[in-house]
Amino acid sequence: MSAVATAGTVPSLWTLAAEPLEAPKIEYGQLSPVIIVLGVAVLGILLEAFLPRRVRYGAQLVVTALGLVSAFAAVLGLAVTGHATTKRAVVGMGALAVDGPTLFLQGTILLVGLVSVFVFAERRLEPKSQTAHVDSFAAQPAAVPGGEGEREANAAGWTTTEVYPLLLFAVGGMLLFPAANDLLTLFIALEVFSLPLYLLCALARRRRLLSQESAVKYFLLGAFSSAFLLFGAALIYGYAGTFAYSGIARVIGNADRQTTAVLAETAGSDALLLIGGALVVMGLLFKVGAVPFHMWTPDVYQGAPTPVTGFMAAATKVAAFGALLRLLYVALEGLRWDWRPVMWGVAIVTMIAGAVIAITQTDVKRLLAYSSIAHAGFLLAGVIATEGRGVSSVLFYLGAYSFVTLGAFAVITLVRDAGGEATHLSKWAGLGRRSPLLATAFSVFLLAFAGIPATSGFIGKFAVFAAAAEGGATPLVVVGVIASAIAAFFYIRVMVLMFFSEPKADGPTVAVPSVWTTSAIAIGVVVTLVLGVFPQYFLDLASQAGVFVR
Amino acid sequence: MSFPLLTATAALPAVGAIATAAVPAARKRVAKWVALLFSVATLALAVAVLVRFDPDGERYQLTESHSWIRDFGVRYELGVDGIAAVLIALTALLLPFIIGAAWHDADDLEPTRPNRRWRPTQGFFAMMLAVEAMVVMSFAATDVFLFYVFFEAMLIPMYFLIGGFGDRAHAAGEEEAGKQRSYAAVKFLLYNLAGGLIMLAAVIGLFVVTSDQLGEGTYSLQQIVQARADGDFQLGTNTERLLFLGFFFAFAVKAPLWPLHTWLPNAMGESTAPVAVLITAVVDKVGTFAMLRFCLGLFPEASAWATPVVIVLALVSILYGALLAVGQRDMKRLIAYASISHFGFIVLGIFAMTSQGQSGATLYMVFHGVSTAALMLVAGFLISRRGSRLIADYGGVQKVAPVLAGTFLVGGLATLSLPGLAPFISEFLVLVGTFSRYPVAGIVATAGIILAALYVLLMYQRTMTGPVEKSVVREMPDLRPRELAVVAPLIALLIFFGVFPQSLTGIVNPAVEHTMSDVQKKDPKPDHPVADKGWFDYKPVDGHAGGDHK
Repeated sequence: MSAVATAGTVPSLWTLAAEPLEAPKIEYGQLSPVIIVLGVAVLGILLEAFLPRRVRYGAQLVVTALGLVSAFAAVLGLAVTGHATTKRAVVGMGALAVDGPTLFLQGTILLVGLVSVFVFAERRLEPKSQTAHVDSFAAQPAAVPGGEGEREANAAGWTTTEVYPLLLFAVGGMLLFPAANDLLTLFIALEVFSLPLYLLCALARRRRLLSQESAVKYFLLGAFSSAFLLFGAALIYGYAGTFAYSGIARVIGNADRQTTAVLAETAGSDALLLIGGALVVMGLLFKVGAVPFHMWTPDVYQGAPTPVTGFMAAATKVAAFGALLRLLYVALEGLRWDWRPVMWGVAIVTMIAGAVIAITQTDVKRLLAYSSIAHAGFLLAGVIATEGRGVSSVLFYLGAYSFVTLGAFAVITLVRDAGGEATHLSKWAGLGRRSPLLATAFSVFLLAFAGIPATSGFIGKFAVFAAAAEGGATPLVVVGVIASAIAAFFYIRVMVLMFFSEPKADGPTVAVPSVWTTSAIAIGVVVTLVLGVFPQYFLDLASQAGVFVR
Repeated sequence: MSFPLLTATAALPAVGAIATAAVPAARKRVAKWVALLFSVATLALAVAVLVRFDPDGERYQLTESHSWIRDFGVRYELGVDGIAAVLIALTALLLPFIIGAAWHDADDLEPTRPNRRWRPTQGFFAMMLAVEAMVVMSFAATDVFLFYVFFEAMLIPMYFLIGGFGDRAHAAGEEEAGKQRSYAAVKFLLYNLAGGLIMLAAVIGLFVVTSDQLGEGTYSLQQIVQARADGDFQLGTNTERLLFLGFFFAFAVKAPLWPLHTWLPNAMGESTAPVAVLITAVVDKVGTFAMLRFCLGLFPEASAWATPVVIVLALVSILYGALLAVGQRDMKRLIAYASISHFGFIVLGIFAMTSQGQSGATLYMVFHGVSTAALMLVAGFLISRRGSRLIADYGGVQKVAPVLAGTFLVGGLATLSLPGLAPFISEFLVLVGTFSRYPVAGIVATAGIILAALYVLLMYQRTMTGPVEKSVVREMPDLRPRELAVVAPLIALLIFFGVFPQSLTGIVNPAVEHTMSDVQKKDPKPDHPVADKGWFDYKPVDGHAGGDHK
């Protein structure tokens, strides 16, 4: 073969393939959470194929919940046996890192996924179809909105139980994302969790066109950002000759530079490194929803089915910040003085833009979308701080924020009128009079978003800002505090509407949920208050988990 | 371990709040009695605090200290000095009267149809007790972070008390009243939240500085003051000034000090009279108290640096508040502006940095609380009879309701500091204390007294004297037994403390001396030393004033 013949003389990328392959060593134990989740997801697909329609809901629910619980148990087991601290390691041929941040975030994502399943499983809210209770997902997603097929599917009372395996695939990708220890794994994990999310966004039962539009927007912009990330990865490969974070860090640190002849011209070129690093970070900032890569957030949050929005808003942020932290602290640590000022700028713009634009919003889902942007800014302030306190503060914040977000979106699913969910703010007037309990729960979430003491949001905000101040980013703290004050305004506006405005005659009703949504909201409230009043145990967890394996 | 008396004093109203809120919807009378009972029981505990407090003992007594959030160096540390003990007593004293006066304030909101979930009466009284609990905690906390938590958290129940419950009848109609009310509530919250968030930046700054210099971040007031005395802890001039400004801003909003006062007239005008009393007589005292405890205690040099500006602001508050009070047509807003003027006196006394000034300021907080409560509650009773807050809607009330008019007059005379009533003592002390260091400021402040006579007497003249022209006034009932039971003890207290101020000065003075030694100030030597003491026994600088507590 000519390729083999030339291999000895002109080294190229192809020659690598010709070398004898070692059997990859896989640490099944350390990877068990991911394996369990993806395995159960595949099982879910099989159930979808072989079970009759009427039993699918129950079966999927049980399998999904069990899968998430056992994956969480696996994470706990790993953490207890010291894989978060003393036994942290790079596994899977250097592709994944199992260490404190990974396990902390995987645990968080799994719990978020589990609570999301509760919200997904709600079947009391939509009017009952002839034969069965239905959920908030389209009866027949492939049918044209408003067409004959849709009518028939609705009349038959079909439901799309594929959402559960899709959720599991997304969770699986998210579990990989913060663990990814080389740029290719990062990209693959990104795609693994993004694709199911694009699909889930398109599955709303009501307002299907809006839902599909949001999915297309998310997909297109997401594809762009993936392309940026991939291109950036390629450029960094050109610089460092490796995808592995540790290798990149070594090259940046000038420790050893082993380059093949193909890369001889480009290797070590700072231009490649800087542009490549910027592009990869850009891809991650898109997922995080930081300004100026935030444009998709409000549309997608608004259009997607609300249970999906809640899941996406909480879990994506956790996974993406995890990946961003690892990239910045492990791979690009040597570039600290280059990325720090950029992240400063992004954090400031994100905090201010998110808080200011949110003021003008009239839709509760869009409002929370902009609020999530502002929170991404607060989190970035913690990312900029030092490793150790900075990382652990971000971990804590993510844990706190995700449950507040889940709870808030779960409340939104319950406020409905004839057209489905009533998300326009004017319709929320007087909700506090009609259903004080629900309004109080939502107020707890709003207060946590606003960072009022005795809620988890306050402790999180304090941890992040204290870390930033210690890291010498005092101006960021000041901007953050000002942005919080601006943000407080619109959270309070919603509370004013709920409690001090007269209820409208044709206002929405609050659907009486089943135990699923109720427990999701209750979990949200309890976590918010417990983390707000007795945060020490969780802060300890986060600070133990605050060190990366290199 | 001894009985945690301070925790109990703060926890009892919190338990009361929960108990009140838990009373079933149909039993609103039970809810009221439960609330009253708990407030009286809290008063008993507060009296116990006062009794167990030894004025000649340690600076902070009844101390409790537990670890809370180790990561932030936050401890659950309580302790009272004379100032805090007296203010806790004031809070606990006023609450039963506030609840008694508010007995029917939430009745209008009761739904016509039975509604299991909407329980305005329960909520109203529960929130009052919640505010009491948080105020007591802020007075007792000697940990800056702990203080901050309650300082901020009390905004939320206050916000609902202001925005959710208004006067029965409103000249402008129910809808307009609702709008103004929610405007007032939002303004209250935004002003105070903004102040609180700026303070948050300073609180974080304090953490960074202490962890930098003491090796471990701490918020313990005693520890910081001790470390500074030992020379282990020194703030740079600029750092200290910035931190001071962050703290002072929040307290100046709360106090409120000109030009951050504009929320107070709205909040007091739109809320019911008992809630207005809660704002001005209880909650706002936290602001001036915190200036004394935290601004002077933590940042003595910066306090000295800021003194000229603060004194000017205080003088502006005194005169501006009084002038605007003269021009008010609305009784409650008049009292609000009068309060702004009085808060000017308190701040003046604190920053005059003399022992008379600071004891005067502390007594002023107590006596202003009692006198404003008396005046405002009677005004509230008057307003509830006529359904109007405008002075012009009344006239000749003293002919039909002599007791009401009489109590109103006593409350008014106390407000204008008539000798023989308690506020005279404190105002006199503040003026003397100011004059001995800043003669010009003392003279300017005296003008406030003249204006006070003007606004109080004009209001009395216009509402109570003259012919009975308005038909509504003609049928006006005099004070009911419940109303008299609320007002009479307050008036008795005003007279008692007007004659025996020593009972309080003995407790307060040692604490003031400690504060004076914190800021390293000594009283200026009088030009003409007085040989023997008058009936009002007062020993400046060293040695404790004699009192009947021994």
